[in-house]
Amino acid sequence: MVTVSTTTRTASDVAAQARDVLGVSRLTNRALTSWLHGLPGVDQVGNEARAAGLGTRSIKTTSKAWAIDTAIGMIDLTTLEGSDTVGKVRSLCAKALVPDPLDPSTPRPAAICVYGDMVATAKAALGDSGIHVAAVATAFPSGRASLAVKLADTRDAVEAGADEIDMVIDRGAFLSGDYLTVFDQIAQVKQACGEAHLKVILETGELVTYDNARRASFLAMLAGGDFIKTSTGKVGPAATLPVTLVMLEAVRDWRELTGVQVGVKPAGGIRTTKDAIKYLVMVSEVAGDDWLTPEWFRFGASSLLNDLLLQRQKLTTGAYSGADYVTLD
Amino acid sequence: MSRLDVRKTYKLYIGGAFPRSESGRSYEVVSASGEFLANASMGSRKDVRDAVVAARGAFGKWSAATAYNRGQVLYRVAEVLEGRRAQFVEEVAAGEGLSARAAGATVDAAIDRVVWYAGWTDKIAQVLGNLNPVAGPFFNVSAPEPTGVVGVLAPQASSLLGLVSVVAPVIATGNTAVVVSSADRPLPAVTFGEVLATSDVPGGVVNIVTARTAEVATWLAAHRDVNAIDLTGVAGAEGVDWAALEAEAAGNLKRVHRPTLRDGVPVEPDWDADPGLGRLRAFVETKTVWHPKGL
Amino acid sequence: MPKFEYAPAPESRAVVTIEEAYGHFVDGAFTAPAETFPTLNPADETVLAQVSQAGSEDVDRAVAAARRAFEGVWGRMSGAERGKYLFRIARILQERAREFAVLETLDNGKPIKETRDVDVPIAAAHFFYHAGWADKLEYAGLSASGADVPRPHGVVGQVIPWNFPLLMLAWKIAPALATGNTVVLKPAETTPLTALLFAEVCQQAGLPAGVVNIVTGDGRTGQALVEHPGVDKIAFTGSTEVGKSIARSIAGTSKKATLELGGKAANIVFDDAPIDQAVEGIVGGIFFNQGQVCCAGSRLLVQENVHDEVVSRLKRRLGTLRVGDPMDKNSDLGAINSKAQLERITSLVEAGVAEGAERWSPECSLPAKGYWFPPTVLTGVSQTHRVATEEIFGPVLSVLTFRTPQEAVAKANNTAYGLSAGVWTEKGSRILWMADHLRAGVVWANTFNRFDPTSPFGGYKESGYGREGGRHGLEAYVTTSASTLTGAAR
Repeated sequence: MVTVSTTTRTASDVAAQARDVLGVSRLTNRALTSWLHGLPGVDQVGNEARAAGLGTRSIKTTSKAWAIDTAIGMIDLTTLEGSDTVGKVRSLCAKALVPDPLDPSTPRPAAICVYGDMVATAKAALGDSGIHVAAVATAFPSGRASLAVKLADTRDAVEAGADEIDMVIDRGAFLSGDYLTVFDQIAQVKQACGEAHLKVILETGELVTYDNARRASFLAMLAGGDFIKTSTGKVGPAATLPVTLVMLEAVRDWRELTGVQVGVKPAGGIRTTKDAIKYLVMVSEVAGDDWLTPEWFRFGASSLLNDLLLQRQKLTTGAYSGADYVTLD
Repeated sequence: MSRLDVRKTYKLYIGGAFPRSESGRSYEVVSASGEFLANASMGSRKDVRDAVVAARGAFGKWSAATAYNRGQVLYRVAEVLEGRRAQFVEEVAAGEGLSARAAGATVDAAIDRVVWYAGWTDKIAQVLGNLNPVAGPFFNVSAPEPTGVVGVLAPQASSLLGLVSVVAPVIATGNTAVVVSSADRPLPAVTFGEVLATSDVPGGVVNIVTARTAEVATWLAAHRDVNAIDLTGVAGAEGVDWAALEAEAAGNLKRVHRPTLRDGVPVEPDWDADPGLGRLRAFVETKTVWHPKGL
Repeated sequence: MPKFEYAPAPESRAVVTIEEAYGHFVDGAFTAPAETFPTLNPADETVLAQVSQAGSEDVDRAVAAARRAFEGVWGRMSGAERGKYLFRIARILQERAREFAVLETLDNGKPIKETRDVDVPIAAAHFFYHAGWADKLEYAGLSASGADVPRPHGVVGQVIPWNFPLLMLAWKIAPALATGNTVVLKPAETTPLTALLFAEVCQQAGLPAGVVNIVTGDGRTGQALVEHPGVDKIAFTGSTEVGKSIARSIAGTSKKATLELGGKAANIVFDDAPIDQAVEGIVGGIFFNQGQVCCAGSRLLVQENVHDEVVSRLKRRLGTLRVGDPMDKNSDLGAINSKAQLERITSLVEAGVAEGAERWSPECSLPAKGYWFPPTVLTGVSQTHRVATEEIFGPVLSVLTFRTPQEAVAKANNTAYGLSAGVWTEKGSRILWMADHLRAGVVWANTFNRFDPTSPFGGYKESGYGREGGRHGLEAYVTTSASTLTGAAR
């Protein structure tokens, strides 16, 4: 059973708190720019070396078993295709409810992630299992639509019963230096979420530099995001260890600065157990134990689940497993 | 009853794969004494075009690889070449009309030539680059960078030693290559392609087109997406006017490595001589960077 | 109890075979063990093997073998052929990498993660790099006059330390052989095993007998080697104190020497540094190899206005440093190499506290047996404190502050040492200005403890003279004067 923070916040609350953090009387683009550009830079080579170093941790036996089960519990099992149908979504939900028919001790993923118009189907299929329904919204994946359309997209999903909303930031606004627009949109979407919790997708692949990833992370947290998420998964590169490292440093620093804890979700391109474990090591050693639960860390993935199940089977049977022993979703 | 051997098929080497010529043509390759050896693919201008695309596609990654990595790959080429020594000795002896002993010496020299260039990759910058003591508070450094896609007309006579001597320096410096093999002695070039394909050389870094030199050379020389051309193979090539090729190359100001001349006539260099730095210098650009030094 | 506990992840010892006792490797073969003494695993004080103490006759025989090899086969060999032997050695080191990594960890006490990812790969890379120079020396800009092939000295005596046994062996042997010299090398008395295993590599590579000779023993053996009249050139890495005595002993002779000695490097962090990477650089700078590194960033010079933030982030970061069994793949810090070294570190840190520095270490449980010292940060250190002037050679960071770039440079240079320095700032111009003004042979900007065979390494002032690695590193191994020695043929 997943529990997540569900604080409802109005856009003007968020703005007031932001003025407080910045120490300004008016939240202007200039004020945001000074604040964001005053954050410490990230050296690419050093950052990537640290991520690679953390990737050499050797996680065996009991710690591997724990990591596999924990990772499974952190998955937002995802289908975001134009060709999604009611049948496909029901099948995915069934997989979430019974990930491994051969082993009932297998944990369940945290959530299902679908497009907004599939929320009702997913909710019905998941019943009172406690698995959340996350909906992508705000003209996912490009984010190219008016604010009105984005808010309507959000409200539709919330009214259909979404527990969580994964929004995208306006990368065009960000890259042209219009941080205030990015801020406003997030704050307004947060308000439209009501009790649903909000993940803010930065689309780090389009932001390119780690400096931008850091700035976007802080901007998203300032604007009320409950989670910061790396990617839509529709653009490469999607989630990477080094960019997630920067985001974990950001949430760690944010909590120290404001007392508020924000979650992190790498999404897209995480296919193997080995990779998932590297992410967990990074969470543990960079942000800390407090983030090592589905409440504060998620994997946006689809094929990862089956690889975790294969590895889980190997730990219980002692033999390498194969595709015939895990079900398609 | 003696056993019938399984004969090799000789195709082109483009983008890491071994396709036949898109023209579907082939031509007879005979030994120095006139016996039939094999049918080689007769490469066309479209094959050259495809090879340039492959070479361009491979350039980004190959030029960005560390010099150490390129050296490891080239050393591996030497290892695999050494392992296939017997096959090359046979091909070179037949094609060039050499005794087994002489062919052995030339194959050994070819292997050692690859080792020589393998050892250059991580030293070129130290020998060709330097700091410049400009008259001002500036850090100023000049460093060699690969020029891009290099077209190579491989030597007509020296079908292995000459071949590696023109190809290795091109890729050691981080360039990628489109190689037109010897017209009459193309077989070792194809086998060399097989060596490259099994030596961690990424597909497209070296592309080998077997063809009548006169037919395809102009297309390579005129190609706007080729940055440099090595005209060594004009020596002894039937129907090739190297001055015309150089004029074509001027269309996009390619860097041109002219053939060795003796009395104004192109000749093949002495491949046993010390190669020197000439072919390493020929295909690099020098980049100079300034940066102020201050508080 | 942390949520994510890493289960033990031990590397297997089974990959390497350690003999009970070793002789010396002279003239292509091992001698019978004699006058043996034990070499220990510093992580648990168990005996790994017995090795032999070389006396003056052993050194004599080794030098004579090296001389025969130089005047015979090696000195007459073409550079291309020499290069191919070095390529073989490099390849075999790659093939046997795991064996060497495990053996080095057992003998030295450093974590398997470091031997596997740093020591062994860079050692192999050194042989690859130098293999390529063997037949290209005329292009290295070393000759007295233009295009001549520079000539080797002859027999080189090399004495290496215990902190990077295999890597220091590679730094010494690779350039010596590439340039056409032959070698007698003495590994440190507490870490002889990878050098002895390297002798096997020489045999597997078919290296002609006498080209490389390995003699083991303590300081007396080193002295005998350095003072031997049959040695043309000495290469020494070790303490400044011993370096000075070597310099004195060769005074007035024709022997050449290069010395790579101690350091007390300043790692300078400005207020505009990329802060998370700077913290990593501080950690790597002083805790890599347990701080037993000549170029360690043992003095953190942090800009005063960010001192508290940097120290607080550093302390938080040290909370995830794992100290323990060096054979566990997750250990970040291993054992101190010897009891003597542990005592030195302990007494210097106590002196630091007595001088007024504040001492802090993260919580860590150290094994009961073996030589262990926790990662330690001393704050409130001043320029005159012993912990700011003397090389501790352990996992101990002294923290000082500065206000301006000029003050940082002055404090960094205010030492008899001059091996390395670190600079952390996002401002390119300042990096280059600092690099110009720091009196150190290696300046690392926004990184630290980076080594590459192409990159020359060595110190200013009492950190020694001569460079190792790169084109510059070849200089010490060739003679630029006309000589009647049989030089290497092209």
